[in-house]
Amino acid sequence: MAGVPADPNLAAGPASSPWRLALRRLRRNRVALGFLGLFVAIVVFVIAAPLWADHVAHTGPNATHTLERITVGGEKRDVVNPEGKPLGPQWFGAGGKFFLGADSRLGRDEMVRLMYGGRTSLIIGVVSALITTLLATVLGLLSGYYRGWTDSVISRAMDVLWAFPVLLLAIALGVSLAIGGLKIGPVEISGGSIWIPILIIGFVSTPYMARPLRGEVLSLREKEFVEAAVAQGAGSMRVMFAELLPNLWSTIIVFFTLNIAGNMLLEAGLSYLGVGVQPPNSSWGTMIATGNDLITSAPLLTIIPGTMILLTVLSLNVFGDGLRDALDPKSKVRFEAHAGVAATGAAGTEGLEELGR
Amino acid sequence: MGRFVIRRLVGTVLVLFAVSVLTFLIFNVVPNSDPAARMAGKNATPELIASINEEWGFNDSLPQQYITMMGKIFSGDLISYEGREPVDERIVEGIPATISLCIGAAAIWMFFGILFGYLSAVRAGGWLDRTLTIVAVAGISMPVFWLAAILLNYLAYETGIFPSQGYTKLTENPLDWAYHLVLPWVTLAILYLGFYSRVLRSSMLDVMNEDYVRTARAKGLSERRVMRKHVTRNSLIPIVTLFGLDFGALLGGAILIEKIFSLNGVGQYAEEALANFDLPPIMAITLYGAFFVVLFNSLVDIAYAYLDPRIRLGESAQ
Repeated sequence: MAGVPADPNLAAGPASSPWRLALRRLRRNRVALGFLGLFVAIVVFVIAAPLWADHVAHTGPNATHTLERITVGGEKRDVVNPEGKPLGPQWFGAGGKFFLGADSRLGRDEMVRLMYGGRTSLIIGVVSALITTLLATVLGLLSGYYRGWTDSVISRAMDVLWAFPVLLLAIALGVSLAIGGLKIGPVEISGGSIWIPILIIGFVSTPYMARPLRGEVLSLREKEFVEAAVAQGAGSMRVMFAELLPNLWSTIIVFFTLNIAGNMLLEAGLSYLGVGVQPPNSSWGTMIATGNDLITSAPLLTIIPGTMILLTVLSLNVFGDGLRDALDPKSKVRFEAHAGVAATGAAGTEGLEELGR
Repeated sequence: MGRFVIRRLVGTVLVLFAVSVLTFLIFNVVPNSDPAARMAGKNATPELIASINEEWGFNDSLPQQYITMMGKIFSGDLISYEGREPVDERIVEGIPATISLCIGAAAIWMFFGILFGYLSAVRAGGWLDRTLTIVAVAGISMPVFWLAAILLNYLAYETGIFPSQGYTKLTENPLDWAYHLVLPWVTLAILYLGFYSRVLRSSMLDVMNEDYVRTARAKGLSERRVMRKHVTRNSLIPIVTLFGLDFGALLGGAILIEKIFSLNGVGQYAEEALANFDLPPIMAITLYGAFFVVLFNSLVDIAYAYLDPRIRLGESAQ
């Protein structure tokens, strides 16, 4: 987006903390704020799902209406006609029922599914990004701070994950876990749970964030403030979490935002291939897959959920970009590749900052 | 330099070994993945399952099974569980389609990525820059298979401008080959195109602030010449790096594209095998895929170590 140049006048303000400066820079970036607004609107839209379902559409996301008929302007219409074609968008013709039409032969309400599906997609995106960020931060701190064999072990493990074409690994895990579920000690997750895609996506995205963070820790730990902390008798934990971590926050926040976007695309890809969110649950990815079967007769069923993904991911990408410009105008660390990385399974697009060091 | 290369190569072999073990484990630890039961079919007698177990060596210990499978991968006589066909033949059959898809898409995204990146950097802040930025970010933010589905619907099913699926061999009919591949190329390229033009734009804007660019302007070179010879050349370094890494990993992107356009390439074979729990092809394809990723990663690293001595020294200092 239109980059916000570092303004020398900004630094001259009275008592400006870096965070306040960043906020001020962000406020000037209208484009980024606009897209933040769009993202908030989408979140509100999916949060309102139960309201719409109970009070407007009077049906649930997985309720089927195959053989039912609805009254639109005094005229009866089949939800699914005898040829198997679902009802098109009715807008408010049937009092809000089938606002966007029915989704398939099953005659489920597309609008209700879109709202609930958005919840699933966003929850998967956000929770898996939290997992990725947590893992990547801890691994990045450990390997960058301790170096030596700790770094070797962690870095080689990351190399192994990096070497897999991401999508291939995610599909492999998805295929195996969707059938068998997952059992870790006392925790048992059934194959249909959305925790399966959350864990898979959180796991496979980790190296793409851990590597640049490790690089940053490697250079930060040579700084004087670390030496000062060590001289004062700070232990390793204290140096890592009280000294180094605060300096990583701005990078982490930016990565987290962009990671949500990338993870949502990965979820869509996995769900499209049938190894992400399992039926009857909907997500925008599964809705594209369902809609795609009817694309010639009802293209809207494919276009609408895809457009929702596009808008959500776009708003996160643009806002994340603006956030980076605001937090760290001179930053060389680039993570924007991740959207592409996740969607295609391409690895290594963050090679940039690796090489810059 | 020699030591650096050797260290990278040893690392590569170790990584590939770990990848193969991990893939093998994922598919052996999974419940319900019992290959003998799947091969025997729905109403299998226990005797049939037992004989399949015996015949295919599923009774051996896991390390033994792993060694047998790796031996077969290297000698080239791996047989798939599903359909019991030679895996190598299927992979070799699929390679032309996958390579055609990847090379064509790469050519498109490199050409337009560089063109768009150049134009938006030269006109930074202007309307052209803004338009191209929107296009680029939108391209990055789309699910590829969704774009493919939409393009297929409007450009193939409805209007019949392009064929909806299939792959024609280049040697049979080059025109038909390209005609069948236009849509897959464009879809696969759009995502990278957006990303590359963004990277080139920001790297050009960085380079434009360098002293040597000011020097070039100061000595009176034309703006065009400064841009072409001094700015663009130096800004292309990260693009070339990225290209090495992305091209090696393109198999992942090929999976979705090949499936939706029915190109019958390696990616589609991988997807089929995954859906059927067919371990032998999964092992072989994952290893080939990982091999390309690691190979291109190492090539990029070695190229950089050659270009920038600091990287070599940094490695040995650790």
